Amino acid sequence: MVLKVISTNMAVAEAVKLAKPLVVPVYPITPQTSISEYLAQFVADGELKAEYIRVESEHSAISAAVGASGTGVRVFTATSSQGMALMHEIIFAAAGLRNPIVLVDANRALSAPLSIWNDQQDTISERDSGWLQIYAENGQEALDSVLISYRVSEDNEVLLPCMVCLDGFILTHTVEPVDIPNSEDADKFLPPYKPEHAFLDPERPMSLGAFTDPDYYMDARHDMELAMERSKKVIEKAHQEFADIFGREYGLVEKYKCKDAETILVAMGSICSTIKDVIDDLRSQGEKVGLLRVRVFRPFPRDEIREALEGASQVAVLDKNISFGVGGVLYNNIKAKMDVNAYGFIVGLGGRDITPKHIIEIINKTKNPITDVQWIGLREEEI
Amino acid sequence: MVTIGAAVKEPGSTRKNKTGSWRTFKPMLDKDKCIDCDNCVLFCPEGCINQEYDIDYDYCKGCGICAEECPVKAIKMERD
Repeated sequence: MVLKVISTNMAVAEAVKLAKPLVVPVYPITPQTSISEYLAQFVADGELKAEYIRVESEHSAISAAVGASGTGVRVFTATSSQGMALMHEIIFAAAGLRNPIVLVDANRALSAPLSIWNDQQDTISERDSGWLQIYAENGQEALDSVLISYRVSEDNEVLLPCMVCLDGFILTHTVEPVDIPNSEDADKFLPPYKPEHAFLDPERPMSLGAFTDPDYYMDARHDMELAMERSKKVIEKAHQEFADIFGREYGLVEKYKCKDAETILVAMGSICSTIKDVIDDLRSQGEKVGLLRVRVFRPFPRDEIREALEGASQVAVLDKNISFGVGGVLYNNIKAKMDVNAYGFIVGLGGRDITPKHIIEIINKTKNPITDVQWIGLREEEI
Repeated sequence: MVTIGAAVKEPGSTRKNKTGSWRTFKPMLDKDKCIDCDNCVLFCPEGCINQEYDIDYDYCKGCGICAEECPVKAIKMERD
């Protein structure tokens, strides 16, 4: 085991080095920038044998990724916020073309007002694109998730791209001890990509991205829905094999002290570490609280969430995003798919700090609900 | 059956898509009036008129450029 104290962006770069993509088109944007810099350094030093394309925008980055993936090679790209928004058009195309690209997004608020700080609006807004989405809690999970994502995306049962989402600055620029797998183990878990899906080859001409008339489009989209559903099993299998090789266990969701909990909080990403601390404190005082961390948001693990929330009297769903008029997206997805006594809380938009005090406030408001959706941590004069 | 990602795995498949079905107006050539100037052949954006001035109605979308460019009005657009 090689334990290194590194930032999560460095952990991602190390993961990419282990995954050995042949093409890396990236455009730098805060707070993803250091990922693109580390990868450029790796390529310049010969540690990563890839074509590093210095594109002129994020739209070009993802377009180059689609083009490269269409030739049947492993591809990596990364972005954040406005970059993700600029990618939007091709994000949908990548999923529809069934290109198993892996993208890391450093979660950052969307303009306006312009902000470089963290929330999850950028990737949440791409939830309907057909990409798989994983939300990491820490640097280790970010590294591991990049390797797992390639395994899942490249599986012939799936063939959908995957985005690994990291809370900007909170994770990307925070250093922590990360176990970097050795190359042999990584190769065992993630062998070189052997494409069977359609890819361009002069020996076997074909057209990718062709126009479809109403006779074909809907069925192609339905096939994506089926692939998304199948991906759950593929992810679970990848998690199992990952645990066998590296000893770290992951699930579609993580249940933290949920078993006998009367109040369960549901959240995604780095905020879950704060919530776990609060839960430990409250548990020592005899309060029955738990956390359900949604690690994989797409495919949506509705059965796992339903099962975890079954015994709870009340549920608080924390969202670092807002769909105006209806509340957070995770909250709405949960309400749509199961009958639970859940309340939504909008937190941490544009980097607004979320402290243990806020988590306790949320638990109290869940026990004594006033409205279905509430904003937490607003400036006094706004309330 | 639609392939994964709607990839078209056989080359030359555009021929199967008979775009003539899009047509509302059909160009009709009166060969007696024709002065063999080749304007229609050169201007047809779909390459649907051959050197004998036969119009390929499988792919003619009925844009009417041939009728517009004909100097002797030998091509009339008729409702299909």
